[in-house]
Amino acid sequence: MKLPKSEVEHIALLARIELTEAEKQHYADQLSAILGYVDELKKLNIKDVADVGQITGLTNQLAKDEIKGCELSRDELLKNAPMTERGYIKVKSVLGRET
Amino acid sequence: MNIEEAKKVDLKKFLIDVQSAHEKFNILLSIAERPGKLGKGDLAVPCLIKDNIVTIEYPTTCASKILAGFESPYEATVITKLKQAGAWVAGKLNLDEFAMGSSTENSAFGATKNPVDPTRVPGGSSGGSAAAVAAGVTPFSLGSDTGGSIRQPAAFCGVVGMKPTYGRVSRYGLVAMASSLDQIGPITNTVEDCALVLKVISGHDPLDATSLDVPVPDYVAEMKQDIKGLTVGVPKEFFGDGVDKGVIEKVREAIKQLEKSGAKIKEVSLPNSRYALATYYIIQPAEVSANLARFDGVKYGASEGTDENIETIEEMYRKTRAKYLGDEVKRRIMLGTYATSAGFRDAYYDRARKVATLIKQDFDHAFKEVDVLITPTTPTTAFKLGENSTDPLKMYMSDLLTVPANIAGIPAISIPCGQVDNLPVGLQIMGPQLGESKVLQIAYAYEQSTDWRQL
Repeated sequence: MKLPKSEVEHIALLARIELTEAEKQHYADQLSAILGYVDELKKLNIKDVADVGQITGLTNQLAKDEIKGCELSRDELLKNAPMTERGYIKVKSVLGRET
Repeated sequence: MNIEEAKKVDLKKFLIDVQSAHEKFNILLSIAERPGKLGKGDLAVPCLIKDNIVTIEYPTTCASKILAGFESPYEATVITKLKQAGAWVAGKLNLDEFAMGSSTENSAFGATKNPVDPTRVPGGSSGGSAAAVAAGVTPFSLGSDTGGSIRQPAAFCGVVGMKPTYGRVSRYGLVAMASSLDQIGPITNTVEDCALVLKVISGHDPLDATSLDVPVPDYVAEMKQDIKGLTVGVPKEFFGDGVDKGVIEKVREAIKQLEKSGAKIKEVSLPNSRYALATYYIIQPAEVSANLARFDGVKYGASEGTDENIETIEEMYRKTRAKYLGDEVKRRIMLGTYATSAGFRDAYYDRARKVATLIKQDFDHAFKEVDVLITPTTPTTAFKLGENSTDPLKMYMSDLLTVPANIAGIPAISIPCGQVDNLPVGLQIMGPQLGESKVLQIAYAYEQSTDWRQL
């Protein structure tokens, strides 16, 4: 199947990846080829077949309801954050600005 | 260099040898500045680890620009277990970015070369791990295998690589790629070393809710039992179109050799296994698209957040991910986003999960009749650097024969079984879930009856 460029733009928006015009074409072509290949699954009859679930048959693994402290300090946990301020992670405006 | 030999190695010389192999094959992403300390135990040797397993001593980059310089505040369970067994982790190894690829050409820090023939790829994504062992500079390394990423490079480099049963080894501290398929496993020179490392890293871990609470056998002892009476299945679908004749010939010779050693041989059929690759390329990207959402320029890693011209967090996400994620990673994130998006999820993701059930059932039936299954590990021997890098689908075909084991959650090993045009051929042995001992037993019997490992 051929993925239209508009669909690639929609996917890129959902995936939060900015694409150039050239990249949109590049990915439209490549994703179309891959989707063409995986389309062979449509030949199979999957009526009455269940989802594979946890492959080893494990079901809910419950942890004990107890509080465990964190051995790491605030500084250690924040050391990889690109932007921090007064011990918090700093981000750009979330709700956007009125213009 | 096997593990026994490595116990006597001078650690200064070890570091020099690793560095010199790195200059030839680009295997490293980080390395200790000076010799560390070995502990006491079965694995009191230096080793190197794929750089998608977190360590405190070294950065963990996943060979991605988005994690360049990332320093984990905690270490993976497998690293703790290796240390308890006496090992010294001396550095981290190159891989395809976030373990997505089959050639290690997708590393943001340059491709690794195959020590057998440096004009060729070492395979991937654990290409650095296989190349380091093949270069003879480390007794063992750890890799991770989601669709063949340990076995395929082991085959291409002529070494031993094993993907254990899903849940046998804790994934805590393995940077998640496709969580329902990922497993950590050893790459070694010999089957016995593989069994030894596997024994150390296996076991239940409360920090990984998918890890199995089942006792760990003494793989080394169980592996040495006589194979007389064991039945080896040969699934005809793995010897068909798309697999090189020379590769098939070597694997057929190996099967004859096992028959001579006392194994019974039986042809079996796994009719749905031909759909495994298509199933994989829906389930895997779907999980990738969710798991890699965390690389958003907020909590860790590279970020465009300091750019004054960017006003909103949305724009920062899009620009950060565009700039610091590589081409293959973006492709899979988008593929997975599409396969799980409204209107398409039924047709792709939900369907693939059901096909996975059919693939698993084929294996269940087969293992009622046979103890293990034998196939080639890869359809071809190592290809040239650059040969497949412009056609993603062609690159994906390299995983054709390894992916079914991940879909079914079963253990599988690749061991050398000869050469075609001076390039190593891998023999894949798969067993039922938690059947590592039988897989190792057949692998060991074959290895001991031939001398490929000494090449």
